[in-house]
Amino acid sequence: MKRSALRLAPYPVLVADAHGVVRFLNDTASALLPRARPGAEVTGAVPEWLATAHQNLTSVPVGSRTGAGSAVTAPSVSAAIRGEIGERSFEAHPTCEETGEVVWWLVDDTDHRLARRALHMERERTAFLGDASNALLSSLNLARCTATTARLAAGHLADAALVIEPPAGRGLAMVSCTRDGEPVRRQVGVEPDLVPGLPEALQGFPPVPSRWIDPAAAPAWIVPEGFGTVGSIVVTPLPGHGVPAGALVLLRGADQAPFTENEEVFARLFAARAGAALSAARLYAEQSSITETLMRELLPPVLHDVSGVEFAGAYRPAAESERVGGDFYDVHPAPADAEGQESLVILGDVCGKGLEAAVLTGKIRNTLHALLPMADDHQRVLSLLNGALLNSHHTRFATLVLASAVRHAGSVRLRLTSAGHPAPLIVRGDGHVEEARTRGTLVGALPEATAVTVEASLAPGETCVLFTDGITEAKGGPLGGDLYGEERLHSALSQCTGMPAAAVVEHIQMLASQWVRGGRHDDMAVVAITAPRNNHLSAVGGRGPGRFTA
Amino acid sequence: MSTSPQHPAPACPSPFGEAELRGAAEKLWEAVSCGDEYAAYGVVLGARSAGADDESLLLDVIGTVQRKVGEEWAANRMSVAMEHAATAVNDRMIAALAARHAPDPALGRPERVTREDGPGRITVACVDGEWHALPARLLAEVLRLRGWHVDYLGAQVPTPHLIGHVHRTGPDAVALSSSLATRLPAAHAAVTACQAVGVPVLVGGAAFCDDGRYARLLGADAWAPDGRAAADLLARSPLKPPLAGHQPVDDLPHLVDQEYTMVRRDSGRLVKAALAGLEDRFPAMRSYTERQRQHTAEDLGHIVDFLVAALYMDCEQLFTRFLTWTAGILTARGVPAVSLTPALDVLETELKEFPRAGRLINHARQALNGSAVPAARSGSGVLR
Repeated sequence: MKRSALRLAPYPVLVADAHGVVRFLNDTASALLPRARPGAEVTGAVPEWLATAHQNLTSVPVGSRTGAGSAVTAPSVSAAIRGEIGERSFEAHPTCEETGEVVWWLVDDTDHRLARRALHMERERTAFLGDASNALLSSLNLARCTATTARLAAGHLADAALVIEPPAGRGLAMVSCTRDGEPVRRQVGVEPDLVPGLPEALQGFPPVPSRWIDPAAAPAWIVPEGFGTVGSIVVTPLPGHGVPAGALVLLRGADQAPFTENEEVFARLFAARAGAALSAARLYAEQSSITETLMRELLPPVLHDVSGVEFAGAYRPAAESERVGGDFYDVHPAPADAEGQESLVILGDVCGKGLEAAVLTGKIRNTLHALLPMADDHQRVLSLLNGALLNSHHTRFATLVLASAVRHAGSVRLRLTSAGHPAPLIVRGDGHVEEARTRGTLVGALPEATAVTVEASLAPGETCVLFTDGITEAKGGPLGGDLYGEERLHSALSQCTGMPAAAVVEHIQMLASQWVRGGRHDDMAVVAITAPRNNHLSAVGGRGPGRFTA
Repeated sequence: MSTSPQHPAPACPSPFGEAELRGAAEKLWEAVSCGDEYAAYGVVLGARSAGADDESLLLDVIGTVQRKVGEEWAANRMSVAMEHAATAVNDRMIAALAARHAPDPALGRPERVTREDGPGRITVACVDGEWHALPARLLAEVLRLRGWHVDYLGAQVPTPHLIGHVHRTGPDAVALSSSLATRLPAAHAAVTACQAVGVPVLVGGAAFCDDGRYARLLGADAWAPDGRAAADLLARSPLKPPLAGHQPVDDLPHLVDQEYTMVRRDSGRLVKAALAGLEDRFPAMRSYTERQRQHTAEDLGHIVDFLVAALYMDCEQLFTRFLTWTAGILTARGVPAVSLTPALDVLETELKEFPRAGRLINHARQALNGSAVPAARSGSGVLR
């Protein structure tokens, strides 16, 4: 190739012959390789990697590089190699001339390589942040979220990580995790003040940068058990939703390079995500604990046997996501020591669904509880309840059934009063199903509430069933759109003679629920009052006084 | 049964061996089958004071009796109502055993992230629409006996409740029970929902087939054939948290053809059409009473439900097994099983645009025509 052309090449160009002697180099090459000049040995004039590559290329017999027997050999291009000259990185592309000389074209790829490395790192970090977000956001459980934060930080950002929770009361709660280890929760009786940057991070003074701590000055509790010598420590705040979510402490061993500024920036990116997830989990925990506490009052009670009468109840709210609604029931047991006293059963249905209706059911249940001393007169209870509902700001009304039950000489005596509610059904020993003939007006709508109370008696094995219209009006069936209806309820109950109260309730709830086949339905509530078939001989299982005889 | 380390065995060999347990199960069956709760207490608590351990009482006595309840019902020796009565008595036996244990001191302790102070915390529940709670209850009690902190949520737990509970309590695993194959879509929804919040799921129950093949199809993290095996499996190796980003359709790619969705939405109309078609093809039906017609409609409803479940799983055996089983049940109840084939014919005509449904129906019809109807077995809870 013409030297004049090479002189003008936009890259450093160096030509050396088969004996390893530099023959030519252009100006840019001279500037790059100050020791190289025509006539010098390649070894010593150029970096070792280039000299070795030249030797390897020229030591190959010339004939073998070209086709055997060909008269003229054309210039051939061999694979490029890469190496460093000074602080920069170069690709060296050799062209082998037919004369045995090699033209080395040196291409500076420093920036390219740096960009590639940066891109690779960015991709890894993006993937990590994506995975971290998935892992952190999937659970709203605070303990799990904290453990996940510690595990991810230890696995990707440091050799060990500590998540310190915002102080609540005395001492500090934290989760620590070493690389490849399992998160461990600890409670340490210390104040955060001893660690530089930690109090600020925990109080969430905005904006708090990450802080370096001198490993020698760090308190012992910050280092996980069996970690060894600490080389570097960084404290990063975990920013939450406006409130601090804690602090993240990253540790590296003495044999590792300390955290770079770039790594600290990345740790803050991770901390922002982890903090948001921790904060959401903490909010959820607080909210659900409030809901739980308030809901406890509204949930239907678990019923058991009282003084020789079996009671069972079940409730299924209309909305799947709700646990309470407009149907309710209660059993107020007779005092254990009072022989012959009645227990009062209440089952009702407030107009409406969901939480709002449930709040009113709570008021009705409380009011009825207070009216218990008057339970020997159902009519009076209903009148007082009616007055209380009319005077409240609620515009809703309710229907309900009152049932007073007492064991008497082997059977169960009942007084039943319906206030605008479907009448109770009584399952007789022969499978016959009777409707109790009680009628009355609903409560909370009219100035006066009137009702007719009836008496009934249950022989052993017989059951009185109270239910809400969610059962009979359950829509579905194999053809879709049919009501479950009173007839089907009667026919199902006719098979329930002699069954324990719990089994009757479950049977009816199951049939009605299967009838709706996953479709929409109203609230459904059932209570069964059963006269046990057998004499109760011991207190086993029951919570009532336990012993009684027929 | 595995030979790997299990829960600690009692220090001295129990005087209550297999024969005694079998005897107790027989006596309990006597009491349970006539709904005699107090005789049942006598059997269970008597066996307990005679030296039977609670786990054997739960699994080998109460569990055995409950299986027999299912078998007796399937053979038409017990009505659904009686089945419920017997189950209620069994349920009280479990409660009586559980009541004898000190209340779980773990309830008040702070949540843990390590597994150092016990095997862990687990939620046990039945999938939505599943009413057979006893197998799950037995598992819950066995795990409690083995030191687990158990949250037992009971029958037919809507998936939103389950997930809310998992968020609140952060269990190490969820154990889900399902008896009926028609609940498999609901089970799948519950499994993927738990996994999406990072909690592994163990499934069990007749719905997942004897060999657990449906558990694998639905991507459950583990499956066990019975309560003891489930407890052993959990004791052997803790379940690993599942990977995030898993979608239901990843498990069952055939669902993209929408056959399941469309047939399911149309099931009411299919039952109506099958009922009308049967009257044409099966003259005996014309003299049916209203009650008999209703029962036939319900039976057809179950057939369509199982067809829908089989479409969901894309499994011919699921549908075929149900039909051959139904044929056995109908025979046991004195109803001619020959009416099943014309019902399938009508469904096939109605579903001619759905190739997968057509294949399932054909497979079932060949099985019905080809072989003798097997004896009724437990495992389902449908039909009278």
